[in-house]
This record gives sequence, C-alpha cells and structure tokens, in this order.
Amino acid sequence: MEHTKFTPQSWPDKPEQATMEGKNKFVGIWIFICSDITLFASVFATYLSLKDKGPAGMEYSAAELFELPLAFVMTMLLLTSSLTSVYAMYHMKNYNFKGVQIWMSITVLLGLGFLALEIYEFYHYVHDGFGYTQSAFSSAFFTLVGTHGLHVVIGLVWILCLIFRNAGRGLNLYNAPKYYAASIFWHFIDVVWVFIFTVVYLMGVLG
Amino acid sequence: MGHDTQVQARSKKQYEYDRHHNAVHMRKQVINFAIMIFLTFLAFAVVVADFSTYYIKPLILLLAGIQVVIQLYSYMHMDDKKASHIGVISTFVWFGVVIAFTVFLAFLTIIWW
Repeated sequence: MEHTKFTPQSWPDKPEQATMEGKNKFVGIWIFICSDITLFASVFATYLSLKDKGPAGMEYSAAELFELPLAFVMTMLLLTSSLTSVYAMYHMKNYNFKGVQIWMSITVLLGLGFLALEIYEFYHYVHDGFGYTQSAFSSAFFTLVGTHGLHVVIGLVWILCLIFRNAGRGLNLYNAPKYYAASIFWHFIDVVWVFIFTVVYLMGVLG
Repeated sequence: MGHDTQVQARSKKQYEYDRHHNAVHMRKQVINFAIMIFLTFLAFAVVVADFSTYYIKPLILLLAGIQVVIQLYSYMHMDDKKASHIGVISTFVWFGVVIAFTVFLAFLTIIWW
C-alpha cells in the first residue's frame, strides 16, 4: 500500500484510519494521552499544594514572580500552532502533501517561538535566584512547567522527523496516520497549556 | 498486512461532496479557534481588571474547562462518531479526568503539608 499511487479522487476520505495500522495508531496515541493526563494531574496537584511554600522568609511568591504579558504571548503562540496543525490535517484529507508540509512547518516555527520564550523565562528566574532547588515552590513550578516544555520539545522533534523523513515520499496510507497522531499529540500539549496559564500564571498573579 | 486496505475510487459526486464537507468543517475549526482566542482574552482581561478573586477564580477555571472541551471534541476529533474505537477512547479520557480530579482532591484536602 505504501507504493500505491493515489489521486485526490482515489485517496480515502479518512486516510488516517483507512488501514488497520492507522486505526491502531489512533487508539494508541489516545491511550498514551490518557496516561499523560494522570501524569500531569500529579504534577499539577503537587504544584498547587506547594505553591508559595518554602523556607522561612522566602522572598519569592507567584504573585510577584509571574508576568502576564509573557504568558499571554506564549499562550497565543501555542493556540495558533494548534490551528496550523488543524490546517495541515485539512490538507491531508484533500491529498495535498505540500499543504501538509507547509502547515506542519509553520506549526514547528510557532512551537519553537513558544519554547524560546519559555527558556528565556526560566533563565530569567534562575538568574534572579529562583532556581530549581531554591524552595518547594520552585521545584514544583519547574517540574510542572518543565514537564510541559519537555512535551513541546518531543512534539517538535517528532514533527520535524516526519517532515524530513517523508519529504521525498509524498503522502500515502503509511505516513498519513503518523502525521495524524503527531497532530493529536500537539493538540494535547495545547490542552495542558490552557490549564498551566490558568492555574499557574493567572491564579498565581491573583495570589 | 497492517498497511493494506481496500481502496475504492470515489465517484466524482462523492469526491466533490467530501471536499465540500472538508472545507465546511475547516471553517468550523477556524470559528472554534476564534472562540478559544476570545475565551483566552476574557480570562486574561478579568485578571487584569482586578475583580474579587472569589469571582475570578471559578470564572477562569470555567473558561479553561470550556476551551479544553472545544480542543478535545473539535481539534482532537472526539466528536467524530465514526472514528476507530471512539467509545473506548472517550471512556479512557473521562476516566483519566476522574483520576486527575481525585488526585487534586487528595493533594489539596486530605494530605496535610
């Protein structure tokens, strides 16, 4: 099937689930995401219970530390990257491989922008003395936001591998489910970020 | 083999219908994106506006909940009833949410720090 030449008209309407392999990948990525939900639940709960807690006289608190403009720009970047990967999947359904590659590349660029801002933010905190081992609060914060950042890095590497590995192949029923699974994973990263900007940044600023 | 499938070329009518359907669906996704951007603006705005925290906290959590449901059901296609094993997937996701909620409850109320 990998070598079958398709035309837009013979390309299945649901290319990501046209094969048994595709169906399995679809269920597989979701089961992984369900286990990831419980992982994030534990780091979120740890963060909330250790928020603002640390050694006596600790000068750092969420209300003083976090800045909303940066969190807002990061949110917009990630939210937009979710839409661009939806565009990539739209082109996949229409058998437009160039569209898939272009929109996936834009997704990667937006993700890189997000990651750069996160690294800048972490560098800024550590530079100010709010390092990983500074307090229970700092450990919980870096573990939560860092775990999300790690997911972003994995997502970016994954999508970049897909873009380069399949550049000469074109679209087929072998790689369509791969792109689809990566896009679902990317949306999940955005889902987690919605809770991070709400629970960590917005509620942090409120005190 | 796992990658094999029965491929039948669609009739021209079916093909045109599918393309049109995809385009309509994509327009809906853009509307969903606009809604999510609006909800994000709203969440940041109520925090900046500095209302009472008793009012803001439940509101921004509610806005986050709505955004997540939009992501899951539209961007992540959980609304697609024809998707493979979607019932199993929905069950797993919502049980995941129940477990997540239990963890929150335990860490924030029962465990004493």
